[in-house]
This record gives sequence, C-alpha cells and structure tokens, in this order.
Amino acid sequence: MISDELVQLLTPEGERIAHPEYASDLGHEEILGLYRDMVIVRRLCNESTSLQRQGQLALWAPLQGQEAAQIGAGRALAPMDFSFPSYREHGVAWTRGVPPRDMLRIFRATTTGGWDPQQYRHSLPMVVLGDQTLHAVGYAMGVQRDGADEAVMTFFGDGASSQGDVLESFVWAASFNAPVVFVLQNNQWAISEPTSLQTKIPLYHRAHGFGFPGVRVDGNDVLAMYEVAKRALDNARAGGGPTLIEAYTYRMGAHTTSDDPTRYRVDAEVEVWRHRDPIERVKALLAREYGVHKATFDEVAAEAEQLALQLREDVLAMDAPDPTMMFDHVYAEAHPLVEAGRREMIELGIGGSH
Amino acid sequence: MAQQSMTMAKALNEGLRRAMEKDRKVLLMGEDIGKLGGVFRITDGLQKDFGEDRVIDAPLAESAIVGTSVGLAIRGYRTVVEIQFDGFVYPAFDQIVSQVAKLHKRSAGVYTMGLVIRLPFQGGIGAIEHHSESPEAYFVHTAGLRVVACSTPNDAYWMIQQAVEHDDPIIFCEPKSRYWEKGEVNLDAPPYGLFEAIVRRPGADVTVVAYGSMVKTALRAADVAAEEGVSLEVIDARSLSPLDLDTIAASVEKTGRLVVVQEAPPTASVGSEIVAAITERCFYSLRAPGTRVSAYHVPYPPSRIEDAYRPSVDRVMDAIDRVMGYDQ
Repeated sequence: MISDELVQLLTPEGERIAHPEYASDLGHEEILGLYRDMVIVRRLCNESTSLQRQGQLALWAPLQGQEAAQIGAGRALAPMDFSFPSYREHGVAWTRGVPPRDMLRIFRATTTGGWDPQQYRHSLPMVVLGDQTLHAVGYAMGVQRDGADEAVMTFFGDGASSQGDVLESFVWAASFNAPVVFVLQNNQWAISEPTSLQTKIPLYHRAHGFGFPGVRVDGNDVLAMYEVAKRALDNARAGGGPTLIEAYTYRMGAHTTSDDPTRYRVDAEVEVWRHRDPIERVKALLAREYGVHKATFDEVAAEAEQLALQLREDVLAMDAPDPTMMFDHVYAEAHPLVEAGRREMIELGIGGSH
Repeated sequence: MAQQSMTMAKALNEGLRRAMEKDRKVLLMGEDIGKLGGVFRITDGLQKDFGEDRVIDAPLAESAIVGTSVGLAIRGYRTVVEIQFDGFVYPAFDQIVSQVAKLHKRSAGVYTMGLVIRLPFQGGIGAIEHHSESPEAYFVHTAGLRVVACSTPNDAYWMIQQAVEHDDPIIFCEPKSRYWEKGEVNLDAPPYGLFEAIVRRPGADVTVVAYGSMVKTALRAADVAAEEGVSLEVIDARSLSPLDLDTIAASVEKTGRLVVVQEAPPTASVGSEIVAAITERCFYSLRAPGTRVSAYHVPYPPSRIEDAYRPSVDRVMDAIDRVMGYDQ
C-alpha cells in the first residue's frame, strides 16, 4: 500500500506532531547535537561559497536548505555502515567525520578525491549522476556475503532519479534484497529543471513499482529524517531489504556557484521554503521544550564561526600539488605509459622534486 | 608435466574454476551464467559447484552488472563480469570508463578495482547484429584500465587466472570464433606474464602483429608467405594495454617491416597505436611504412558478408606484398 502522507514530527514552527508510525525518542542532548551539526554545516557551506566567490575554489555546490535531510540521515548511520554520496552531501560527510578541509580539496581542484573513504566509511563525491547508487548496492551485496550486521546508504537527487543507473540499482536492490537505503533528496530543482520534468508521480511511489517500500519525509525536519532513516537502516540490517526515502526539501541556493537561479524560479517560491527552514524549527523546539538559552545557541554559533575560520585557513594553505601526482595511483601495479610520462615530466623539469 | 587438450571455452571454464578455488572472494556475475552456464557455456557447472552467492545470475542491465561489481570491489570482492556479447558492453561504458578506471586513482589507492570484465569479441561466427564487434580500442584509450586478449586455450586458461589475481581492472577479450578450437593446455605453470607479447612464429622479413582471432589468420598467412619465399615473424600482442612494445620493437629492428592485423576498424585503433609507437622507436630500422590490415570503417556488416570485412589471409598477403615492395 502506498501512503500519501509526508512523515513529519516537527512542524516549521517547531511544534511536535504525532505520527501513527514514527515517533522521536531523542532527548535534549541529542537534539541539541543535531542542531549543532546543522548550524555548523550551514556555516561551513557559506564559508565555502565565499571562498569560491573570492577565487579560492573552482566550484562549490551549496547545501542550504538540505541540512536536516543530510544530518538526519547521516546521524542515523551506525559506525560500521557505509555511505555513498553524490556531490552535495557535505552534511553527510560531516556526520561521518570527514574533516571539512578534505571535503573542499576536490572543489579547490587539488585532487580528484579528498579523503580515505574506508577510514570514514563514506565514499567519494560522485559527479556523474546516479553512478554511486550501483556501487552502494554492490557493496551491500558484499555485506550480505560477509554475513555482516551492516547497512549501506546512498544519496542522490530528483534529477538523478531519471538516470538509468538509479533505476537499475532499484532492480538489483529488490532482486537481491540488498541491505541498502536510498535517500533521494528531492530539492525540487535539477539545475533549472523542476521535479515535474523528471516524474509524473511522487518519486517515493516509484519504490512500490520495484517491490520495496518508499517513504516521503519532510526533508526539513531533522527528527523525522533521523527516525525514518534509522528504521530503514535497522530493517536493512535485519534482512528486510531496501527502502527508498524521499526527503522532500528545497535547494535554497544555486545549484552550484556557476548557476543563476533567478533565470528559472521566482522569489516567492524561495520565500515559502524560507519559512520551512530546517534549523529554525529545531531552535524553537529546544528553546520551548528544553529551555535552551540564547547563550547555548551563541556558543554553537561561535563554534561554527571558529570552524569556518579554520576552514578558510586550511583552504588558503592548500597549494597545487606537484604535477607528477597525476601519475600516482593510476594503476595498482606499474604501467609503462604512466612511468614514461612521469619520467618525461621530471626530465623536462615540469614537476617532480621527488 | 600435466598437459591436456581442450577447447578455449573449456580452458576458460577450468581457469575460472581454479581462480574461484584459490580465492573465496572471487565471484562471477553475468546474464545467464548460472544454470545455463552462459550463452557460450564458459561458466558451465560453476554455479552448481560454487553456489548462487558466488556465481550470480544478473538481471539484464550491463551498467548495473559493472556498477555493482565496483561496489563489491570496494567491499573486497573480485568479480569476474561476463558481458554476453561485445555489442552489449556499451550500456556499461560509463561505469567502466568513469568509475572502474578512476576509483583507484580518486581514492589515492584505497579502493582496489580488481575486477575482470570478460568480453567475447570479434566476429566470424555468422551472428546477427551487435554480436561480432571489436570494441577494444575504446578501453585501450582509457587510463586506469588494462586490456588483454587471449588467442589459444593455454593462454585462455592462464591469462584468466592471472587477470583475476591482478589488482588493476582488466578488460579480458575472448575471440569467440576460436572458442571451440582445441589446443594443449599446460596445467602446471603459466608460460608467460599477462602483459607480455610473444613470438608465435619466428621469421626474418616482416613482423606481423596480431591478437585474438587474427593470430591464427596471421599464422596461416605465414605459411602462405613461406611458400612464396617470404619469412613472417608472427607476434601475438596478447596485452593491448599496456602494449609490450619492447618485444615488437626487437622484432621490427630485425625485420625492418611491420604489419598489424586486427578485426577492428583502422581509425585510432590498436593497430594505429602499434604503428605510431614503433615508428617513433624504430624509424631507422624501418624499410617500409608500418601498415595496418583492418576491418573497414563501416558498421559491422551482415554476417553473410563478414568474410569480406574481416582481414583474410589474402588481405594480409596483399599487405605483405606492399611492404616487401618498398625495396624494389
């Protein structure tokens, strides 16, 4: 059966509302933790946009508006779970412990990777839309073969939902009952194309056609995102197979720093979503329900400010690597063409101090 | 020495079996490879012996077969993928060139992409469209991939095992027109390294480089040439990326003449690369231009006329005549 209901546990005004299937049992500290995460990733994202505007990054893909979707899903992951992001999941990377400076390396174009994906159990940013969903399912098939108590989560967007690889990953996940959770952040826009161009039905309904459950969640409600993701992950670990979570949210900013959203969408729409801000509602809840004072919010803001300053410092210190790094790790074992290229570059004095 | 006569298809089957016995992380995935044993029966009996978890009948989507194998590789598995026919590899092209080829690099060596993509390639079996193509150059062109082609049962038996053990992703090209030809397989030890070209027949006048199905064509041409008093040295390239240029150059420095025979069309092909690289290395040894004998720059034709498309002994001999003619 397909439910048309949007799972929401916290209204935009910060009021808790009951849901027949999901309830949040997170306490004061945990909710404050989610608030802190969201404030920090938004601040780091703003700093990254500034860095791009100042010519310090080649590109930036802002996450504004999607903090709850990413933090809620990311914090639901267990330490041994593995996540496969697209390219906007800075919030998820934060929950996995990836240092912010490492997230920015690819955007400063000093590397095509950025971090050790096995260390953080979080794969590398994926720019070709949807490719990572197949990697997630394959990884989950490996988890099954290992008999491990682990689940896998993968992230993609409303635009990528049209990609063949995403739909093939649904087939595979269903056929092999893979322990994978698909998190589709429907932020309403794929650069300039509205979700209505990608689909004629609610995206989470698609899961039903593939034979596994789909749930639409208020993607701006971090409590709902956390609970739905946690249950889907638990279900996957218990052998219950895949779940599609459609996080219904909004991309408040541009697609990337190269985009100009004023060419294709109206301010009034953005304003509607501004009132559904994922951070403000949690702040209201914390203040009202737990009596959290301004001083605490100020502390969080100050911590975010400090991290942003540190990020700026780290990014400015990232120099172009030695050109011979392009020859490293192309192959696991020596390849004559790669080695010939390295030798030539060193002989010509273009690179290679080592 | 344990030696056995078997077809290339059987040799591949036995090689895969041995690879799976050696390493429990080795999986097979492809369409119809389980109960059916694959449309060419290369995986015959393997699902029965190793189970459905290790010999995986895949839903029909090539991109997903390769893409999930990438995920399995990240998890530490080594998947040998069967692409049913050469012409069906293109739906997986993105996963192969954007993911398989790059993730070791992007992860600074953390991800090992030790998967093997088996590709029954080339024509000559009277098939219908999309079943006879030679797509190797697309993959040779892509850094991060290695590409090999077997031409005998013995090579098939050993090269598939070497490919599975290798930590880089390997496109493993199998000349389907030679699947049912028998040859001696030495079960004790691999005769050559995976990336070595070998001299199949020594000669003095012209170096003929071929791979896959065309090795046999080149050897037959060498018989014909010998009757005409021309001595061909036939080299089986075996590895198309990397190319073993040392072996080819050593031969060309001796013969002074180079002919490459391939079933693929000529433009930006493996043959083009061999001719260009050997011209750079052996310019002063060459007595004639390096010459390609290829298919034509047309889509693979209806197979009733494929013999006119694929290089034949006659067309190889025509090229031999041309390169020999430069001395006169």
